[in-house]
Amino acid sequence: MQPQRRTIVTTAVNGTPVEALVDVRTTLADFLREEAGCTSVHLGCEHGVCGACTVLIDGLPVRSCLRLAAQATGHEITTLEGVMQTECGKTIGRAFVEQFAMQCGFCTAGFVLSLYHLLEGASEPITDRDIHETLGGHICRCTGYVSIVEAAKRLRDQRTCRGNS
Amino acid sequence: MKPAPFEYIAPESLEQAVEVLVQYGDESKILAGGQSLMPLLNMRLITPSVVMDINGLDELSYIRQEGEHLHIGALTRQYRLERDARIRQTVPVLAAATRLIGHPPIRYAGTIGGSLAHADPAAELPAVMCALEVELCVVGPSGARRIQAVDFFRGALDVDIRPDELLTEVRIPIRQNVMWGVQEYTRRAGDFALAGAIVLAEMEADRWTNGRVVLFGVEDRPLRVPRAEAVLTQQVLSDSQASAVAAAAVAELDCHADLHASAGYRQQLARVMVKRAYLDAVAMWNEKREDTAGSA
Repeated sequence: MQPQRRTIVTTAVNGTPVEALVDVRTTLADFLREEAGCTSVHLGCEHGVCGACTVLIDGLPVRSCLRLAAQATGHEITTLEGVMQTECGKTIGRAFVEQFAMQCGFCTAGFVLSLYHLLEGASEPITDRDIHETLGGHICRCTGYVSIVEAAKRLRDQRTCRGNS
Repeated sequence: MKPAPFEYIAPESLEQAVEVLVQYGDESKILAGGQSLMPLLNMRLITPSVVMDINGLDELSYIRQEGEHLHIGALTRQYRLERDARIRQTVPVLAAATRLIGHPPIRYAGTIGGSLAHADPAAELPAVMCALEVELCVVGPSGARRIQAVDFFRGALDVDIRPDELLTEVRIPIRQNVMWGVQEYTRRAGDFALAGAIVLAEMEADRWTNGRVVLFGVEDRPLRVPRAEAVLTQQVLSDSQASAVAAAAVAELDCHADLHASAGYRQQLARVMVKRAYLDAVAMWNEKREDTAGSA
């Protein structure tokens, strides 16, 4: 067992196997953008505050800027590109458009992924507090948050996604 | 690519991890959940030559009850602390305080051991450990050591772990009839607290015993305040004692000042947080008494 400068990352991104030799200091966010072509992963603050780089690892939302690509080996990663292939993802997309819940779009992928996880994963009824807590981990600099919260509440009430049924 | 160059190693057992620490010691950093380490690396505030990723050590991820103690492995993710049925039943203050940490994506990644070993003065978990009188276990080349929480935290980002040691477990004593409150003030949801307080006591015959008052975010480490604990413990419980406990808690406080809060403002916040946490504990007790009276 020796420390390495470069390593082979073997992972699955949105169901597709991805393998690449990378410098060990490469963050997962950079890996997803540059090796897997997932440019929905946006880098804002790069220290875990803004939420723009949020992806799902084994189904759980985490910051991809706070993870090394090397740590992705053996795990499944889902980005916005993958979520938008699902019915729930498409429903979220429509609700965001209808409620004007985005403007420049930089933060949107992160919001959608966290919301997707909340709507799909909830085992108990989703409360307003759950919505605020979930969306609170994301920063949007254009819209204000009212329209995003409104979209989230509509989605909860529509009960389209699995956890809501 | 933001961090400065380093070498990466991912041991597959605790033994291997200790070997790596023996070899690289101060030159290395341990990567657990990465929610504090990765920002430091990304901002190049630290430039270790070796990063040891311990996420493969599944043996350090567990929550189990052993007799009158709850043992939690250092690599246990924070979101599990929020949701675990045994924790919510035996030490609910831990679940409540964990929910105050950052945002959900931070808690899905962050670990209990990572937060404790990092020891940010404003972090919730170190304060909970002091309030619950937890014992922390570290392992090094010469075996295991156990340290009381109040001795473990020595200053800002400074804990009693040697460069060749690894935090492996916390052991939380389970006590009965515990009433508690945890409160913190943040500028925005998920930010580090400008000031926070945990008030906790056991109830015996309408009297608080073994009262504990812990402040966080106000000095360089979590601060137990014996003076306030004495006030808490002597009194018959009542709302009217809240101000006295809160005043005692901050009487000798030497708060730090920073960009976000002056020392005076921070002290005032700490006082209010103690008061609110105390009132939460009293409300909890009143509710429990009513339940008992109702069922009798």
